[in-house]
Amino acid sequence: MLFVLPAALYVVIFQLGPVLYGLVLSFSEYSPIKRSGPEFIGLDNYRALLDDPEFGRALLVTGRYVLQVLPFTVVIALVLAMLCNRSFRGVGFFRTAMYVPHIVSLTAVSMIWLWIYSDNGVVNELLGLFGLPEQRWLADEDAALNAASAMRVWKALGSNMVLLLAGLQTVPRDLYEAARVDGANAWRQFLAVTLPGLRPMLTYVLAMDIIYLAQGFSEIFVLTQGGPYGSTTTVNYLIYTEAFQYNQMGSASAMAFVLFAFIAGLSVIAIRFSQGRKA
Amino acid sequence: MTSSRTWPRVLVLALVTGVVLLPFLWMLRLAFTPEGEAVSGVGFLPDDPTLDNFATAVQTADLGQAFANSTIVTVVAVAVNCVVPVIAGYAFAHLPFPGSKVAFYALISTVAIPVSVTLIPLFLMAKNFPLAGGNDLLGRGGSGLLDSVGGLLLPYLVGTMNIFLSRQYFAGLDKGFGEAARIDGAGELRIFFSVYLPLARPLLALVAVFSFTGVWDDFLWPLVTSTSARSTTVQLAITTFASSGDVKYGALMAATILVSLPVMVVFLLNQRSFIAGLSEGGIKG
Repeated sequence: MLFVLPAALYVVIFQLGPVLYGLVLSFSEYSPIKRSGPEFIGLDNYRALLDDPEFGRALLVTGRYVLQVLPFTVVIALVLAMLCNRSFRGVGFFRTAMYVPHIVSLTAVSMIWLWIYSDNGVVNELLGLFGLPEQRWLADEDAALNAASAMRVWKALGSNMVLLLAGLQTVPRDLYEAARVDGANAWRQFLAVTLPGLRPMLTYVLAMDIIYLAQGFSEIFVLTQGGPYGSTTTVNYLIYTEAFQYNQMGSASAMAFVLFAFIAGLSVIAIRFSQGRKA
Repeated sequence: MTSSRTWPRVLVLALVTGVVLLPFLWMLRLAFTPEGEAVSGVGFLPDDPTLDNFATAVQTADLGQAFANSTIVTVVAVAVNCVVPVIAGYAFAHLPFPGSKVAFYALISTVAIPVSVTLIPLFLMAKNFPLAGGNDLLGRGGSGLLDSVGGLLLPYLVGTMNIFLSRQYFAGLDKGFGEAARIDGAGELRIFFSVYLPLARPLLALVAVFSFTGVWDDFLWPLVTSTSARSTTVQLAITTFASSGDVKYGALMAATILVSLPVMVVFLLNQRSFIAGLSEGGIKG
C-alpha cells in the first residue's frame, strides 16, 4: 500500500484531478486574465459548439486527416512487415532504418518537411526535373492537409511495421503448414491464417494510430499554423488557439471533451471493424 | 527459401528504406551547405561543406539555454520514473492489498485520456501553484510555476504507462524469491531493492528510454507553459527559429540535427530492448 501511494497520489492529483477540473471548466465561462473565477453556465459551451462553423470544420478536418492517413499507414506497414518476416542478410538494417522517423520528434521531422515542401524545396525541384509547374504545397487550401498527411504516413510506417512484425511472429508456423496441405494458395493463407492471428496487434495498431492522429498538433503548428483559411485547423489546434490565444478556457475545455468522445467513438468503430474480420 | 526468391523482397525493402531515409539525407546535406547556396535534390555531398550553419543555429536560437533546460527536466523525469511508478507496479504485482485491482485499473485508465483534456487544467494548476513564482498560499498573485523548470516537470514525473509496464514485468517474476527473503526476516523495502530490482534491469532500461524520448520530444506542454528563454526547451527553440520571418533553412536543419541527436544516440544504444519492449507492450496493451 505504501509502495503504491506516491504514484497513486501523483496520478490522482495531476491526471485524474485535471480531468474532473476540465469537466467543471467545460460547463463554465472562464478567462484567466479576468479577475473573477470560473462562472457556471451549464451546457452553454456545448450548445455553442453545435452552432460553431469553425468547430464543425475542425472536426471534419480531423476526421479527414485520420481517415486518409490510416489506411496507408496500416496497409503499407503490413506489407513491409510481411516482407521483413523472414531472416535474410540486412533485414535488421531495414527494420532499424524504417524506424528512424518514429524516434525523431514530430516537431523535428516537421522541420525537415517544412523545407521539403517550401517553394525552393525538393518536391518542387523534382517536379521541375519533369517539367511540371511548382506548387505552393503548404499555402494551397487543397494541398496543405494532404501534404501533412503524406508526412504522417512517412513517419508512422516504421513503428507500425515493427508492431505488426511482432504480431506476425506470434502466428504459429504449423498453421501455414496445415493450410498448405489443405491446398490453400497464398491469398487464402493470408485470409485464413495471417489475418486472424494478427487480429490483436492489428486492433492495437489501429486504435493507437487513431488516438495519435486525432490529436494532431505539432506538425500543424510547424507546417501551416492551421492555415490556409483554416483548411488544416485540427480540433487540437483550435483548442490551443481558443484557450491560449483567446483565453476562452471554458469553451476550449468543452472542445477537448468532444474530441475525447470523437476519439473514443472512432476507436470503438476501429476495434469492431478489426474484430469483425474473423475469417 | 532460396536466395532467388529473396531478391525481389530485398529490392522492395531497399526502395522503401531509401524513401524513408532520403529526407534525413537532405537534412544533413542542407545543414552542411553554406547559406544561400542552392541545394540540389540530386547530389548528396555539398561542394564545400561548412559548419557555419551550426554556429548560426547555436547563436540565434537560445539553443544553449534550451539544451540546459531540456537536460535538467529529462534527467529528473527519468530518475523519478525509474523509482516511483516501478515500485508501484511491483506492489500491484506482488503485494496486493484490498482494492488494489480497482486502484490499478483506475490509474491505468488515464492512459486513454487525450492530452488536450488535461492540458488546460494542468496549465491553470501550474499557474495557481501555491507559494511558487510570487503566489501566496492560495496560489494567487503571481505566475506560479509557469515559465519555470519546475512547471515544465509537472506532468512528466510519473508515467502511467510505466506503472503498467512494471506490473507486467514483475508479475512475470517468481514470487518465491520474496517469500524466501521474508522468512529470513527481510523487510518489504529490502526485498524490493535487493531481490527484485536487480532482476529488473531490462524493465528499467525500457522505462528510461520511454521517459527520455517522451519528455525530450514533448512540444505542447512547453509551448503553453514556457513564455521566455528562461524555460525554453529544445523543441520550442527549433520552432521559434522556423517562425522567424525569413527562415534560414541551413541553420534550421543544423538545429534540428542537434536537437534530435540525443534521442538518436539513446535509441541506438538501446535498440534491441526498445523495439522488443515496444512489441511486447503492444501485444499486452
